[in-house]
Amino acid sequence: MTLDIEVVHHHHAYETGETLVGEFGLPAIEFRNVELAFDDQVILDNISFTVRRGETKIVLGGSGSGKSTIINLILGLLKPDAGTILIDGEDVTDFDDQEMMRIRKNIGMVFQEGALFDSLSVYENVAYRLHEEKVDEEEVEHEVVRMLQFVNLEDAIDKMPSELSGGMRRRVGIARALVGNPSIVLFDEPTAGLDPPTARTICELAIKLRDLEDVSSIFVTHEMNNLEYLSSEYATLDRVGEVHFELEGERLCLLNTEVIMLKQGDIIFSGKDEQLRQTEDPYIRRFLRGK
Amino acid sequence: MNFIAKFLSGVQEITFLLWRSVKGLWKGPRYFKETIAQMDSIGVGSLGIVSLTGFFTGGVLVLQAFPTLEYYGAQSSAGQSVATSLIRELGPVLTALMVAGRVGSAISAELGSMVVSQQIDAMRALGTSPVRKLVTPRIIALLITLPLLTFSADLVGIAGGGLVAKQIYGLDTNLYIQSAKFGIAMTDIIGGMVKPIIFGGIIGLVSCYKGLNTKGGTVGVGRSTTSAVVTSSVNIIIADFFLSKILQSLFSATIF
Repeated sequence: MTLDIEVVHHHHAYETGETLVGEFGLPAIEFRNVELAFDDQVILDNISFTVRRGETKIVLGGSGSGKSTIINLILGLLKPDAGTILIDGEDVTDFDDQEMMRIRKNIGMVFQEGALFDSLSVYENVAYRLHEEKVDEEEVEHEVVRMLQFVNLEDAIDKMPSELSGGMRRRVGIARALVGNPSIVLFDEPTAGLDPPTARTICELAIKLRDLEDVSSIFVTHEMNNLEYLSSEYATLDRVGEVHFELEGERLCLLNTEVIMLKQGDIIFSGKDEQLRQTEDPYIRRFLRGK
Repeated sequence: MNFIAKFLSGVQEITFLLWRSVKGLWKGPRYFKETIAQMDSIGVGSLGIVSLTGFFTGGVLVLQAFPTLEYYGAQSSAGQSVATSLIRELGPVLTALMVAGRVGSAISAELGSMVVSQQIDAMRALGTSPVRKLVTPRIIALLITLPLLTFSADLVGIAGGGLVAKQIYGLDTNLYIQSAKFGIAMTDIIGGMVKPIIFGGIIGLVSCYKGLNTKGGTVGVGRSTTSAVVTSSVNIIIADFFLSKILQSLFSATIF
């Protein structure tokens, strides 16, 4: 199948390759020619991309396109058959579980359905990482309250996961992922199965992380409204510290969000959302229009 | 051929799981609290059904054996016959089977649902090893509590036999106790405690392995639960034969 899309390399947003390192330090995540297959089935076929510091990379694609696999590879839950994965400039491809534990400390992971521990309360879920590290309880409590405030769920602190709605579970999942201030946050279809207003709340959290906390992230989704929010809105703080969301183009232009699109293990698009919308590729056009 | 390859890779993975759970023992972090909690739910929680099983097993042994013993004029050795068969074979095996049914299924269902709802992935993403946190405490708890449960099943079983002997066949309780006491050798007791340790290991390893390898959503949880109980039960019975053989030749070489 021939595609009339220009394969865009990760330097394209900046004119010179050097500024990439100079201005932003090492990329947060880099995939170089990553390949993965289960038995005869190719999951990822020679994938290369970069997530810069503070950038949000939206990964689009249908089911089975390999989107979630990318996240599992970053966390080291899966290992590639070939290629290199770098996190903060460090080659983690051959790290064993023990070494990955150190890397994972700096990565927050938001799972599709929240993946909260059923047997633990909201408090214990959010505190999980700190309890494992035997942090002082007073400090744990302070941190848990702070994180729950960030996702606007202080009231649910003593509830059990079974008492929460779908959207609340995702938000607790986000709070849990943010404990320890990771510089990388991975979202695996965080809005799947949520109603549009709740989905928007989740996206706003991702936008806040990107614009106010300078977090680098990968946002895997197949929902077009997620793309819309993340690539057209940004968060700012006003003088009293209140968060506002503004549309791109009013005052600023979004540079820190890019899209890659996967199809059957191949990257068929990489670039800005505007470029995505102008593409002639029939598969992408169909995907965008939801047909 | 495919079946043999699958079997061998299963054995390999279980061995690997055993190795990793043992490794979790002498390098931190250790999970004492989880281990105690598991000992409570596995050990204390199973005490009721295990004792009940022991009681009626001891009872039925006397019920069936007494007429035959009477025929040969050996009623007085009823205690011995119940005690040896309980301590050597029925106590360990029946206790292990009951625990495999009650605890093995619970372990694989719990771990299986955690896999399906990505809680295991979440655990790893949050920097905890699921083997250390979930597998090691469960296996340790089984290794410690199964011999204790077996001991209680043996004891209650002998008491149940005594009750039946007294109530149904009118055998003097003192005679029964004396016979049981003289009938049991130290080797029986050692063998009877070695077996449940091995069986506990089998239940823990198989159930954790089946649970952690759950695939295919909620249906998969059901499948791995069934498979955990069946596999550990069959393995217990097979292992029991070989253990008995090994213990027999070991003890006859050293003591008799």
